[in-house]
Amino acid sequence: MLRLILSRLISLAVTLLFVSLAIFLILEVLPGDPAAIMLGTAAREDTLAALRQELGLDQPALLRYLHWIGGLLHGDLGTSITYKMPVSTLVAERMNVTLPLSLLAILISTALALPLGVAAAARRDGPVDRAVLVFSQLGVAVPNFWIGLLFILFFSTWLGWFPAGGFPGWSAGIAPALQALLLPAVALALPQAAVLTRVTRSATLEVIGADFVRTARAKGVNKAATLRRHVVPNALIPVTTILGLQLSFFFGGAILVENVFNLPGLGRLAYQALNQRDLVVIKDIVLIFSGLVIVVNFLVDIGYAILDPRLRNRA
Amino acid sequence: MTKRFLTAALLLSVSVIPAYAAKTSLVVGMPIEPPGLDPTIAAPVAIREVTWVNLYEGLVRIDRNGKVQPLLAKSWEVSPDGLTYTFRLQEGVKFHDGSAFDSADVKFAFDRARDPKSTNAQKQIFAPIDTIETPDPATVVIKLKETSGNFLTYLGWGDAVIVAPESAATNAANPVGTGPFKFKSWTRGDRVELVRNADYWQKDKIKLDSVTFRFISDAQAQVAALKAGDVDAFPNLGAPELFAEFKKDSRFKAVAGNTEGEIVAGMNNAKKPFDDVRVRRALMHAIDRKALVEGAYSGFGQPIGSFFSPNHPAFVDMTGVIPYDVEKAKALLKEAGYGNGLSITIKSPQMAYASRSAELLSAMMAEAGVELKIIPTEFPAKWIEEVFKAKDYDMTIVAHTEPLDIDIFARDNYYFNYKNDKFKAVVAEAAKTTDEKARFAKYAEAQKILAEDVPALFLFQLPKLGVWNAKVQGLWENSPIPSNDVTEVSWSE
Repeated sequence: MLRLILSRLISLAVTLLFVSLAIFLILEVLPGDPAAIMLGTAAREDTLAALRQELGLDQPALLRYLHWIGGLLHGDLGTSITYKMPVSTLVAERMNVTLPLSLLAILISTALALPLGVAAAARRDGPVDRAVLVFSQLGVAVPNFWIGLLFILFFSTWLGWFPAGGFPGWSAGIAPALQALLLPAVALALPQAAVLTRVTRSATLEVIGADFVRTARAKGVNKAATLRRHVVPNALIPVTTILGLQLSFFFGGAILVENVFNLPGLGRLAYQALNQRDLVVIKDIVLIFSGLVIVVNFLVDIGYAILDPRLRNRA
Repeated sequence: MTKRFLTAALLLSVSVIPAYAAKTSLVVGMPIEPPGLDPTIAAPVAIREVTWVNLYEGLVRIDRNGKVQPLLAKSWEVSPDGLTYTFRLQEGVKFHDGSAFDSADVKFAFDRARDPKSTNAQKQIFAPIDTIETPDPATVVIKLKETSGNFLTYLGWGDAVIVAPESAATNAANPVGTGPFKFKSWTRGDRVELVRNADYWQKDKIKLDSVTFRFISDAQAQVAALKAGDVDAFPNLGAPELFAEFKKDSRFKAVAGNTEGEIVAGMNNAKKPFDDVRVRRALMHAIDRKALVEGAYSGFGQPIGSFFSPNHPAFVDMTGVIPYDVEKAKALLKEAGYGNGLSITIKSPQMAYASRSAELLSAMMAEAGVELKIIPTEFPAKWIEEVFKAKDYDMTIVAHTEPLDIDIFARDNYYFNYKNDKFKAVVAEAAKTTDEKARFAKYAEAQKILAEDVPALFLFQLPKLGVWNAKVQGLWENSPIPSNDVTEVSWSE
């Protein structure tokens, strides 16, 4: 187990290094001059030059890359070009929204998908199964930002149950903050729940048809206990894989959903930074998103080993 | 019910207000969040829309009619030769941090703005300044190298507000000015909160206790926030097609005014076929500006025939100079040697007004035998790089939002590649003329030259579509300067 974790950790670090290089190179060739964007079309050339120098944009690329990585290793994410404040503060503020939003969405998505998937598989072609298939078909087809817009129309504008977007901040209390996050989390969760339901259903069906399940039933274990003790634990392995992969969708989806619901999260910060060519912020956020996905995949790998004892000894 | 609780919580966080009294808090919605809160170091309009005259004040200000009014300077004299300005300052004024305002702050602010290292986006405002003297704490004498007809107007802009040496360096994140509202907090990505400045020098004029600016980029979300009561006013609503429904709703006041933004389809005047004035005129003749406004901006927006804001007193309507006339367009094209058709491209940014206009332009030009191919581009980053700097384009379309910017057609190396010595001379003359009547006459002449020479297709004035609670009074209908001046705002009971 320890060897497995160690080898995965090394590959994690190497991957991150390559990702950082890729991000830097992509932003190098991306057209757009942050100084010109800050100062507008009326600015004079000497004013632009002064700002570029102030921002350190006049230094050679290699030096800027090393400066960035060096800073990261010291825990310094740099200073935002547009906001003129430490990126770490900005990111921390935004994480307060994006992290709870994503976690809430994951929670909702798994809470919906696992029971529905198992229930559908338990009685194949029954009424529950058909309803689940229709729901998941719909969920896969409808994009999350559109669901978000419908939610706002229905629950906020029409019923007035929820704010029509925005985030009061955690300082306003847990309840108002959660209330602001609930609709976006559901909008974010539904499409992923649909995918996860389908995966759970087919994984469960596959296991139900396996020899050891028939043996268990033949030994006289009742249907519910077979499902609980033999089917579900085995079906969870493919489900965990998909869940791990979905995390990147949650972060990506957060960009769209945060914009629709006007939530000051990391996704919206990334979007704004890209528009303003706040290169410092973009680099950091993309790296953080990539880092999160890599770390999650690492955890999934470890999760396999816990779920499936056979994997523990393979490094 | 829950919504009520939220509103109540919001109000409570500011002050406790009896239910029967008029409200004294205002939530203003804006489409774009400012990148910082210092208008003297960056260009974005959103910075001015939060801070100008609410938080910072200049020696003078622009009022809702575009006129110059005294502010931190209570009066001034201009020498007969137009080179010496003597400002008498308000006394007893304090910055939000408690430090006193006097002539030294004025000198500091202007010296900082014209320093070689300064990143002021409108440095040309300060270019004519020769010396700044402070004979006493309440007097500033500014001597100019050359006369500047718009000098006072410029001093009313956000780029020329007075900042203090103690706080200037940190104003972007923690602004300190002399205005009626002081900075309370900024939840980045969501809102900026300002509260009443209890020590304000004309505090009796101010009715509001707090102002919150909320940033909502999505047009649907803007409408939802207004309808749900989360936002009291949206002075610049993003979606014209959703504006009309507010006009019918008695809970709201929906006002269509003018901004300083002229929407023009700029042409590369140095490149064939745009170097031929007959082609430029033909393209202008091919455009039905009324239909364009209808299709691109739901009918809101005043058609323009030159490059001057209808908010400015020197504005002259030039739409009649080259009217919509497809036959004339075809004839001119034939005369110029393009009788068998012409194929050009337009680089169109992602803003709704631009991409919709580009499609309509394309359809209208097809009627005159011109094929206009649309190439999408990204504003601002890619557009500045490709069109503005590299001038790699045939035609493009953007709104030019700075006030009083007719001189962009006189600038060397500007993206239009337009060279007209007569126009340059007239604009330079106007800039120097201190007599208002003579200056306005020069501006009228300049507008006429552009209207006839068509260096860009003049389309329409970007409208200011304001929607606010019917009980809110005192917001601006037009914006002769980018701002959300709330100093005269109050709630009716």
